[in-house]
Amino acid sequence: MKSITRQKSIEDIQQSLNGLDKIFVVGCGTCTTMTKTGGIEQVEEMKGHLQEMGKRVTGTTVIPTACDDMTEVAMKENEQFIRNADAILSLSCALGVHRMNLYIDKPIIPAVDTLFIGVEETPGYFREACAQCGQCILGETAGICPITACHKGLVNGPCGGTNNGKCEVDKEKDCAWTLIYNRLKEQGRLDLMRRYQPPRNHHVVPRPRAIRVQ
Amino acid sequence: MVSRFKEALDSGKFVVTSEVAPPKGTNLEKLLHHIDLLKDKVDALNITDHQSSVMRFPSLGGALAVIEKGGEPIMQMTCRDRNRMALEADLLFAYSRGIKNVLCLTGDAVPVGDHKEAKGVFDLDSLQLLMTVRQLTEGQDLGGNNLDGAVEFCAGAIVTPEAQPIEPQLIKFEKKIEAGAEFFQTQAIYDLENFTKFMDYARQFNTKILAGIVLLSSARMAKYMTENVPGIFVPQELIDELSAVPKEEMLAKGIEIAGRTIAALKKGAVCDGVHIMAIGREEVVPDILAAASLE
Repeated sequence: MKSITRQKSIEDIQQSLNGLDKIFVVGCGTCTTMTKTGGIEQVEEMKGHLQEMGKRVTGTTVIPTACDDMTEVAMKENEQFIRNADAILSLSCALGVHRMNLYIDKPIIPAVDTLFIGVEETPGYFREACAQCGQCILGETAGICPITACHKGLVNGPCGGTNNGKCEVDKEKDCAWTLIYNRLKEQGRLDLMRRYQPPRNHHVVPRPRAIRVQ
Repeated sequence: MVSRFKEALDSGKFVVTSEVAPPKGTNLEKLLHHIDLLKDKVDALNITDHQSSVMRFPSLGGALAVIEKGGEPIMQMTCRDRNRMALEADLLFAYSRGIKNVLCLTGDAVPVGDHKEAKGVFDLDSLQLLMTVRQLTEGQDLGGNNLDGAVEFCAGAIVTPEAQPIEPQLIKFEKKIEAGAEFFQTQAIYDLENFTKFMDYARQFNTKILAGIVLLSSARMAKYMTENVPGIFVPQELIDELSAVPKEEMLAKGIEIAGRTIAALKKGAVCDGVHIMAIGREEVVPDILAAASLE
């Protein structure tokens, strides 16, 4: 599982840093390293961009996994550089921003947009795998998720926009329900597709979402 | 009171429906003109619901205009823009104002339209919307609460007989029948042999099928549709037939093709009727009916 991100435009980043001159830059050694949006190289590149903008970079670090408790250690290790900064520019996903928020009071500005939770299907190709809907129906859809793999998130079969197994919004993308049909057929389980799926519950865990594990 | 359209479906006659599109804006002149032109020539008039995900005057408003003109509307309703509460509320309102027919659609995807950043809702799908109509008919909403005054709609859906692959579509078609779809208006069909095969299969079910007739206004349009529109297949002979006439006569040729297709469907009692979509050329629907000897 990876948190998939895309770097914001340099113009947007510059806009977000308006009035903030001393910047500490944080990357992440896990997901944003995999997606080349916040690893060592990208942090270095960002440092260059910031200097071109006339900012002073007080320091940089790449936290091994920015969303877990190692972040606290990394924040402590870099305390003096962070103290000297007006803001932290984060090249970790939003989960890392949340984590850093627990330990520091300075503004944390995201340099990347967090897009989805995905898996790397083939090298460099990341696909959304789970929308965390709270009502897993993979057992009835041959392991293909219609919530994420169908543009409309349909649970009762394909729409009329599918064409030769492709999706109406993008001819490069597969129609989830054609995939599901083919696999259920192979498994001899097409009866599952004939089953009526009632409207979904959008409040399995109402937002703001949190659970306590005993 | 049963809808006039439902009565026509049950009468066993060859049913003819057509459709009109609400405007982009509040100028209803053209819509009202099309309603006047067609309301007495067809058994019912569909009002499209932001077709192709392009924001327009609502189908509910268009359906009310048909009622005001004394016509029989089929309100198209997609699941793209409203959650279940809004859909239920609009069904209650529509019924209270005399709208008796609803076509339940999933709806095109948002990014194909003109509000590309809008949220696609799809809280329900076409099947769940059909079930919702049933539940409201039984006097209950989706929250399980009793209604003070129920609805009584003739509810229909769509099917794409030329879809590739067809099997997943047929599974959904059968689910829609189980959910109570009383009629189907099909995606455009041009290959009568293929359509007859579909009808041989569809005849086993207790529902009415109106074949979709989309006017081919030029060879270019026919070629575009067959290459780009999901589930539409225009045989090469028809494209050649259109290409063979001068440009200014192509529309007349398209009207002739539509007319003779309808006549053949009626003569062979292939299906229960037709749904004519002229897509921006509603003016010529009477000519298509004449070409089909339906006037």
